[in-house]
Amino acid sequence: MLAKLRVGRFDPETSSPEPYFQEYELEVEDWFSVLDALIKIREEIDGTLSLRCACRASICGSCGMRVNGRAKLVCKTKLDSVWSPGETLTIEPMGNMPVITDLITDFTSFWDKVRQIDPYMQPTGPEPEAEYLASDESMVHLAGVMNCIMCGCCVSECTVLEVDENFIGPAALAKAYRFVADPRDGKAEERLKDLNEPTGIWDCTRCMQCVEVCPKDVDPMGRIMVMRDLAMEAGVKSTAGSRHTDSFVNSVKRSGRLNETRLTIESIGVMNIPGQLAMAPVGVKALLKGKLPPVRDHKIPSKKAVGEIVKKAEGKN
Amino acid sequence: MYEHDVLIIGAGLAGLRAAVESVRLGVDTAVLTKVHPVRSHSNAAQGGINAALTDRGDEWEGHAYDTIKGSDYLADQDSVEVMVREAGDTLIELEHMGVIFSRDEEGRLGTRAFGGQREARTFFVGAITGSAMLHVLHEQIMRNDVRIYEEWFVTSLIVEDGVCRGAVAMDMRTGEMETIRAKAVIMAAGGAGRVFEPSTNALICTGDGLALAWDAGASLMDMEMVQYHPTTLAGNGILLSEAARGEGAYLINADGDRFMENYAPEFMELASRDVVSRAEQIEINEGRGINGNVLLDLRHLGTKFIEEKLGYLQEVAVEFRGIDLGESPIEIRPGMHYIMGGIKTTIDGATVIPGLYAAGECANVSVHGANRLGANSLLDTIVFGKRSAIAAAEYVKTVGRNGSSDSQLESDKKRIQEILDRPQGIRWAAMRNELAESLTEGIGVFRDQASMEGADAKVDELRGKYPQVSVDNKGKVFNTDLIFALELDFMLDVAKSICQGALMRKESRGAHSRTDLPDRDDENWLKHTHVYKDPDGLGGVRTETSDVTITKWEPIERAY
Repeated sequence: MLAKLRVGRFDPETSSPEPYFQEYELEVEDWFSVLDALIKIREEIDGTLSLRCACRASICGSCGMRVNGRAKLVCKTKLDSVWSPGETLTIEPMGNMPVITDLITDFTSFWDKVRQIDPYMQPTGPEPEAEYLASDESMVHLAGVMNCIMCGCCVSECTVLEVDENFIGPAALAKAYRFVADPRDGKAEERLKDLNEPTGIWDCTRCMQCVEVCPKDVDPMGRIMVMRDLAMEAGVKSTAGSRHTDSFVNSVKRSGRLNETRLTIESIGVMNIPGQLAMAPVGVKALLKGKLPPVRDHKIPSKKAVGEIVKKAEGKN
Repeated sequence: MYEHDVLIIGAGLAGLRAAVESVRLGVDTAVLTKVHPVRSHSNAAQGGINAALTDRGDEWEGHAYDTIKGSDYLADQDSVEVMVREAGDTLIELEHMGVIFSRDEEGRLGTRAFGGQREARTFFVGAITGSAMLHVLHEQIMRNDVRIYEEWFVTSLIVEDGVCRGAVAMDMRTGEMETIRAKAVIMAAGGAGRVFEPSTNALICTGDGLALAWDAGASLMDMEMVQYHPTTLAGNGILLSEAARGEGAYLINADGDRFMENYAPEFMELASRDVVSRAEQIEINEGRGINGNVLLDLRHLGTKFIEEKLGYLQEVAVEFRGIDLGESPIEIRPGMHYIMGGIKTTIDGATVIPGLYAAGECANVSVHGANRLGANSLLDTIVFGKRSAIAAAEYVKTVGRNGSSDSQLESDKKRIQEILDRPQGIRWAAMRNELAESLTEGIGVFRDQASMEGADAKVDELRGKYPQVSVDNKGKVFNTDLIFALELDFMLDVAKSICQGALMRKESRGAHSRTDLPDRDDENWLKHTHVYKDPDGLGGVRTETSDVTITKWEPIERAY
């Protein structure tokens, strides 16, 4: 059957380089992956089309691209799962990374961020002569993160990176979790302290994009959330995110509802005078317009039932 | 011009392990690789790494014997001894670096069974062992800030007065070419699976290191020893790990029989790879296959077990075939997987060219002989990657300053410009397909004089036409079109050495199974084949043989 592909092109060697689309028509087989189609173009139709690919078997992480607007590993994306005869399939380079040429993106900042999290095991204490002892469950659990092939799909679709290029991002944070959760690593607390800083674990907006596009089920956002819990459990609480979480929980415990004014004040930090002053004009404006929520708690009638829920939730932990 | 003491070409397991050691020894080290290190094909090693750990009752002698028997007695026994004796320490080093090996109930390293071995001595991470090791070694590279020439492509080695002194390479991102001077070069550029089609190998496995070293004057040894893996997918050749059979999977034919009973009654599905691949091919040839395949059956293991121990296999089966391995068997067949042959080295990675070392799949220390055991390749990369770095570190102390000539750079630039300037000619992809199909046909699971001669003649014919290969892309930035044309040049050389090695060996041994000479001939052929390139500048080859080193294990009949 005949397929039509609309492929993102970019030639940096022209006098005023601009990205554009080029359409290709080619015969495809029903077993084709999207990568098979692209390789066929490159080999038989147009050798100027540049892309990265190597293993063809979803283990090397070379071929992350946007397929109809979403990042995918194109080798493990069957053509017929994203395209039907008569349609045009759109392939573009991944997002949140500069394009070098055509479908090839620049991973420099991707790897800089991986470096930022001290990406190597740091045991403390004397090295044993034989292996470190560890449970099989802990290793199998880590294998879920080691499944990460650093393809960049999560980074491509991260909505925080879209607006803040300094965010460490889902791939590097998932990698950080791999060490934080490794029973052999001795630096979990230091790592959590570092990750607690701005651009770290609290900057994720929980949009789920990374979880959805990850071709290896690494669940970066889930790992980030676990690290938030671990940071708070370890007493690493000096962040707005951590204070926000505490304030939220305390408010619900006290009254069964959210006290938004206290949430704001406590998230900023009661003793954080510059922070409070910076927020003051917003508060004054809200007050003048009659929109400042009450500072005092208003208990809800069914507070007791909420208390039961809180108890159960905490019991679960 | 760049300068280093040691330049490592290739950033898979052998290259990165060499780099870690080299840096540890305080040597000025750089790694050059045509793909980012974690994209290297070591990733694809699924099942595990072998080691006989004495503290759990295993002995290196057993591992040595299994390896030597697996090699059909072509492995040099002194080399095998080095590898298996160092296996334990090398494994523990990896664990200490952070590899998340599977554990037993006491929290110690756990093992699984693998083919051709009487003990379960394969250590593993699910079915992603190679990937898990590669990423951890890359972590060590980041930790030590090792200089990486990332996405650089080597066009030739620099050899002056018979001594290797660096390489000429292209920065693929800019298209600029540079001389990189080094007192020693460690070639760790991997295999050449793409010379065949289909192959389990990545598209980047084009034999660059083999061809570069061959061109520089090294011997390519036992190149006829090409491993066909018993469980690959038809069509694109993607691998399903031997770990499946290690964990208990069956091979069945169209009649539902576990046919290995007839070929290897003791080891069954876990006989050596050459034995299993031949058995499958016979079943298929004699009409007991299904669509040119036989079946791999994991149903009795259960979906939960499969997903925990063999998760990546399940992923491949579901994504590429739409099959749940817990529910139904999957069609598989023998597929080209690995080249036992390679650049001849000593146990310290030294080649016949001073200053040139080699390790990993492109090298041939002669530990795999005529058939490699599953999970011995990862061990090979780690042990000999490290050893070659140690030897190179010693060697560079004896070498004075780097040279300064750029003549090699100029001639490589000219050669590449000629390709770019050439008007529309033959597409590289068309020639590569023709080459790979003829090698697969001529140097298959079974071969004979006529099939091998046919492949050899085809290689010569294509070599004659290579000067007509042209590229569409005339640009500089990431001109992959040009890179593929240059890789094809390497592939033609590797193919020639394979055909020549195959034609030399007048017997059947391990993976070299000749229907016209079906017996092993220990009297005449306990020998390595060597092929050298173009000794007289006339485009021909020179061949010779050398004796296999036998120490403790006398060749006996090989049965499983």
